[in-house]
Amino acid sequence: MNQPPTPTSQGSSSSGPEPAGGNPFAQRDERWQIRVRGLNKTFGPQHVLRGVDLDIERGRTNIIIGGSGQGKSVLMKHLMGLLHPDSGEIWVDGIDVVPFTAAEMGKLRRKFGMVFQYAALFDSMNVVENIAFPLVERYNLSRNEIMERVRDLLQRLDLAKVDGIEKKIPPELSGGQRKRVGLARALIDRPEILLYDEPTTGLDPVATKNVDEMIRRTADEFGVTSVVISHDMASTFRIGDRISMLHEGKIIVTGTPQEALASRHPALREFVETSGLVAPENGEGRS
Amino acid sequence: MTTTSSADNPPEVPPYERRFRTLLDHLVAPILIILNYFGERAIMLGHALSALVRRPFRLRLFLDQMEFVGVGSLPIISLVGFFSGAVSAQQAITALRIFNQERFVGATVGISLAQELAPVFTGLMITARAGSGMATELGSMRITEQIDALSTFAVDPIQYLVTPRVIATTLIMPVMTMVFNIVGLVGAYLFSIYFEHIDLGQFTEQFTYWTDPKDYIIGVSKALVFGLVLSVAACYQGFNVRGGAKEVGLATTRAVVAGSVSILVSDYFLIDAFHILWPYKS
Repeated sequence: MNQPPTPTSQGSSSSGPEPAGGNPFAQRDERWQIRVRGLNKTFGPQHVLRGVDLDIERGRTNIIIGGSGQGKSVLMKHLMGLLHPDSGEIWVDGIDVVPFTAAEMGKLRRKFGMVFQYAALFDSMNVVENIAFPLVERYNLSRNEIMERVRDLLQRLDLAKVDGIEKKIPPELSGGQRKRVGLARALIDRPEILLYDEPTTGLDPVATKNVDEMIRRTADEFGVTSVVISHDMASTFRIGDRISMLHEGKIIVTGTPQEALASRHPALREFVETSGLVAPENGEGRS
Repeated sequence: MTTTSSADNPPEVPPYERRFRTLLDHLVAPILIILNYFGERAIMLGHALSALVRRPFRLRLFLDQMEFVGVGSLPIISLVGFFSGAVSAQQAITALRIFNQERFVGATVGISLAQELAPVFTGLMITARAGSGMATELGSMRITEQIDALSTFAVDPIQYLVTPRVIATTLIMPVMTMVFNIVGLVGAYLFSIYFEHIDLGQFTEQFTYWTDPKDYIIGVSKALVFGLVLSVAACYQGFNVRGGAKEVGLATTRAVVAGSVSILVSDYFLIDAFHILWPYKS
């Protein structure tokens, strides 16, 4: 049985002693759906990921926090196979996907849905065409079947009540509506894992709260594993079941929200204190 | 205090060898840049063409692009074609009048339109209108992560976005060139007959005697090549945008410049090749 990582492991690339009989990650684990080990990625002279170790818990909302430019989006793109690492392993349900061919990766991506930072809706398509896109591309379904699933999602994501939503094109939608249409598009093919890239960026506090609720509700209602990239600490502690912090190319802290709050790691302390979630331990910087 | 050891420092290079290396760098660098320039575009073209024989086949995307490049460009092609024909007739008449041979205007305009003016001007117009549009659209899609979104649905972005644009532009260019030819001839005809009072019989007789199907085959063949190079230039620039709105604008400018220059440079080599292959009748 695989051991979960310690709540405040310091990002070492060792993955513990191997049990007799082979790699401990090469089997489906009931708790951990994705396991990343020793992930490295450089862009020219820039070493962005420096041996990332990360475990994503099945059916939970896993948040990856970190400052701007720390490589959060790069890490997420690796999880989905949009980027190829220089070295390291990414185990999804007990299979290392790093050596996958493009065709194998194409099949694997059906497990995933991704909600982009600014939704990344196709400008040339209306709302229905956007949401239906994965079904149209992947299956030979009738128009009625597709519309049934699209309307079901519009209903469940509170979009059906928006007047004329089906025929609207992306520029006619508000920020929150775009996110929900993006989520509907990600959900339409019933993925097991949903990736959110900074879902609350650029939204006002009310819209941010609505998006948080949407993420929480989606996780509960659809039973998906959620991976959320964020630097919004209020959102993180509102919706996260598990929090990992990416700092200088490594996961420096990982654990439950309570464990993260209790962490003594200076980078995480600074993040938490600056966000105002807890009071600074000393009065530094105050007049 | 820092210490250095011989292992830390590379061995001393003699001055003549250093100069030789610098010279070699200066000679090799431009060649590498040129090879890189053509290589990257050739790889994209190869990928786009190989996607043609892979499922799924998206006919609708191809037809959409045919409409955008072809139907959308009809007004501008007709307008430019009409005035190009009229102006070339005016120039031909001015020159031929020196030798009292204005009757040859139909032949002169017919051949120059068929072989040169129609394919080149059509290529330049399509580059300005559709090429810039392609670069802007693909660039915007790149910076708003729409291209990444396609990949997340296991859709090959080159197959979905580049292949229909390249094939549609390549196939529609000969059609637009023929439209340019026809409208240009109408412009030349109206100008010659109604403004310069050239004899109608002589205009048509010289035109039909001197212009051959071969002139149109040359023009249409060139148009095919121009369609390919302009669409690859535009798609490459748009697809590879990095950054924000400013970079999209720069990519559009580069697409138009690269497309226009590619058309004019390839025109020189193509017409040379055709004239060797197919000499003028005397």
